[in-house]
Amino acid sequence: MEFSGRKRKIHTSPHAEHYAHALQFYEQPPTENICLSEFETFAVDRVKLLKTVENLGLSYVKMSDDYNKKLNNEAKVLNFPYRPDSDHISHFILRLAYCQTEDLRRWFIQQEVDLFRYRFNDLGREQKLEFLHRNNLQYNAISDKEKVALKDQLISSSYGLSGVTIEHQDFYKVPFQDALDLVRARKVYLQAGYVYIPHQDIITIVLNDFRTKLSKALALTARSLPAVHSDERLQPLLNHLSHAYVGQDYSFQKNVGKISLEQIDSLSGKSYPLCMRQLHQAVRENHHLRHGGRMQYGLFLKGIGLSLEQALQFWKSEFIRGKVDADKFDKAYAYSIRHMFGKEGKRTDYTPYSCMKVILSNPPSQGDHHGCPFRHSDPELLKQKLQFYKVSPSGIEQVGESNFSLNHPNQYFIESQRVLSGGKDIKREMETPQRLQENSAGSTAAREAANASQDLAGMTDLDSIFQDP
Amino acid sequence: LETIPPLPDLLPLYYRRLFPFSQYYRWLYYGGVQKNYFQNREFSFTLKDDIYVRYQSFSSQAELEKEIQKMNPYKIDIGAVYSHKPNQHNTVKSGTFHALEKELVFDIDMTDYDDVRTCCSAADICSKCWTLMTIAIRILDRALRDDFGFQHLLWVYSGRRGVHCWVCDEAARKLSVAARSAVAEYLTLVKGGEETVKKVVLTDPIHPFIRKSLDVVEKYFTDYAHEQAILGHNKSVDKVLALVPEDILFIVPMHLHIFSGDDKKQQYFQEEIMLQYCYPRLDVNVSKGVNHLLKSPFSVHPKTGRISVPIDLKELDKFDPFAVPTISLICEELDQPRTGEKESEDKKEKENENNATERRKIRDYKRTSLAKYVKYFDQFLDGIACTWKGELLKKSGML
Repeated sequence: MEFSGRKRKIHTSPHAEHYAHALQFYEQPPTENICLSEFETFAVDRVKLLKTVENLGLSYVKMSDDYNKKLNNEAKVLNFPYRPDSDHISHFILRLAYCQTEDLRRWFIQQEVDLFRYRFNDLGREQKLEFLHRNNLQYNAISDKEKVALKDQLISSSYGLSGVTIEHQDFYKVPFQDALDLVRARKVYLQAGYVYIPHQDIITIVLNDFRTKLSKALALTARSLPAVHSDERLQPLLNHLSHAYVGQDYSFQKNVGKISLEQIDSLSGKSYPLCMRQLHQAVRENHHLRHGGRMQYGLFLKGIGLSLEQALQFWKSEFIRGKVDADKFDKAYAYSIRHMFGKEGKRTDYTPYSCMKVILSNPPSQGDHHGCPFRHSDPELLKQKLQFYKVSPSGIEQVGESNFSLNHPNQYFIESQRVLSGGKDIKREMETPQRLQENSAGSTAAREAANASQDLAGMTDLDSIFQDP
Repeated sequence: LETIPPLPDLLPLYYRRLFPFSQYYRWLYYGGVQKNYFQNREFSFTLKDDIYVRYQSFSSQAELEKEIQKMNPYKIDIGAVYSHKPNQHNTVKSGTFHALEKELVFDIDMTDYDDVRTCCSAADICSKCWTLMTIAIRILDRALRDDFGFQHLLWVYSGRRGVHCWVCDEAARKLSVAARSAVAEYLTLVKGGEETVKKVVLTDPIHPFIRKSLDVVEKYFTDYAHEQAILGHNKSVDKVLALVPEDILFIVPMHLHIFSGDDKKQQYFQEEIMLQYCYPRLDVNVSKGVNHLLKSPFSVHPKTGRISVPIDLKELDKFDPFAVPTISLICEELDQPRTGEKESEDKKEKENENNATERRKIRDYKRTSLAKYVKYFDQFLDGIACTWKGELLKKSGML
């Protein structure tokens, strides 16, 4: 992370020596005073940074060369954090904004962990060791004898681990609960509940530690929120910040009644993103859909404007043609559909899944049709599908390399409908996610808006590709 | 032909005289090491007419027995141990009632193998495809013990088309959602839904876990493949061919001799095929959730009448799901005393027990085919009991 020599008033903080090192666990909150405008700027800048981290994480493999290069460039462009204390302070401000709900916390933790990982990897070997020791991370190293006994297993457990590396590096024995990422991906040797980690990979453990600590801290922060919110200067900003993350949630209240059941088949051909088209086809063909598919497609339908009554009618009419009789439908499936609309149980009005949620949670398995075809399908099968839906060969190439930012299936639907109806209200729809820009410098807002409409133009092309002739 | 009495007639008998309540309670009480562990456990019942009730909880074994005998559930599910008594969850301040602990569980369902079974599909099973369950149990049992260090695993036949595993170690019960999902992912090799043709992809280096799993699959594969006739029809041959890289030469019909190419990327396609056909397919969602409800051991399967019995791994290769006792069988057996050793054992029981009803109840299940399964369950409980004793001594300061 580069700290550029920007022309700013330098605070000669007595805490300067605490910031001798850029990377930290944010365990101690900042104690200095800052003015309100700095409070705002720090917070907004960090959100931008975290959103950059998020977007790059979707487009590139995390920690790949491309990812690191891009993040380095973007960070330079954002020019934040310009000094260690702005990093420290902005982190704590955002804790206030993102501790309130499970979703916000999860998002904040994910981006902070990714940012931390990027910065740690950026450190040199000596600096890494220094960081670990400074932060008292002690894990037990195994004896040389044990290393020799386990040598073959260790080599075949980790990609790129040679016999030489094993001889020269310490291996740490860590309880598997402290190294879940490594266990999950089977990147490490696991025996009797312990993983054996080479020193060079200890970062994953460190990240886990960081994640756990941050999670606990956010829970604590949430408890002191009422006091913070009573400060009128801070409350509007903090609310703004948390909404900036959520953006459009395509909640259905605005759209209800806009479409009829008869339209669904033709809409699926014209304006559905591929994942929903696939799901719709599966429902029509099999007269059934498993839970994962029902959730993903059912919520999408809610988002495009299907009412609860229409939804019940749609699912029931299909399931009855399958193996389910009307009685069983009412008993077993109707409840979960009403649940989706917030009419049962906790009465949570579930929001339609964003692309990120579709890609990252609940991957499909045998018998499932949900997920993201661009992530979860065989490339060959995907190509075939796109051909079947009459995407031109160059269009297929484009899809493979495209980095236009589609974030939500319902976003696709709305924009597609707008394009089909003449593209009148495009600007108005795009203004809503840019709420945050109202507070920032005019130039950034213009740049952001320009990018957004460029993305839309890209989207138009893709959309015409997906239309049936 | 004898007509089998319907379930509603048999359940009262089952719950009054056969269900092993004292062993069941001994299990879920976990030695009383943690206060209110049993009282805060959620049970759910499926009653007549598909009525489903959640958040059932009981303050003692007696209350559990009484309620079950009153409600005669068609199906019993076990959920998590919560922060408060589940049957009082509505009285608890919003947000504070939450799941604390639960066994780590796995559910292997035969329908998840439909794309690779030729003998049956959907809810059907037969002796030919049951091998898949045997393979699944061997692989997962080894991994959970050797790799993860768990020791107290209870494998249970689900009653129709699959098996469940209950990992009862204290460390397992305390696992977070993230940890459970990590364990399930570590154990997952077959990935992809309807849209994915090739569901297993192996790259160098081959992790020891995969090697050891392959060792198990290889032991069973030739016979299994033969029984399933995976090269028997054009359609199934095509399915196999779809998994073979394009520049591989030839598969001789009815044999799996394959002449392999040199390309490093495709060097494991034989292993990939074997794994795709045989490696266990688990439902990650079942294992992830701390509050997920799973069918209880010794529950009856409403469609088949079979009791969800624990499986003794020492006899795994001989296990026959079609020989598992049904509720109607064991109710029938109640009226006919078993010959031979059982009678002398009964006499011993008479001498040792003072409570007449207890005596009769103990004798009851022992007279039926359920006996050996309850005995095995007892042995399993003896195993975990050692850990409780250690914990209790520690707590009382004696260790």
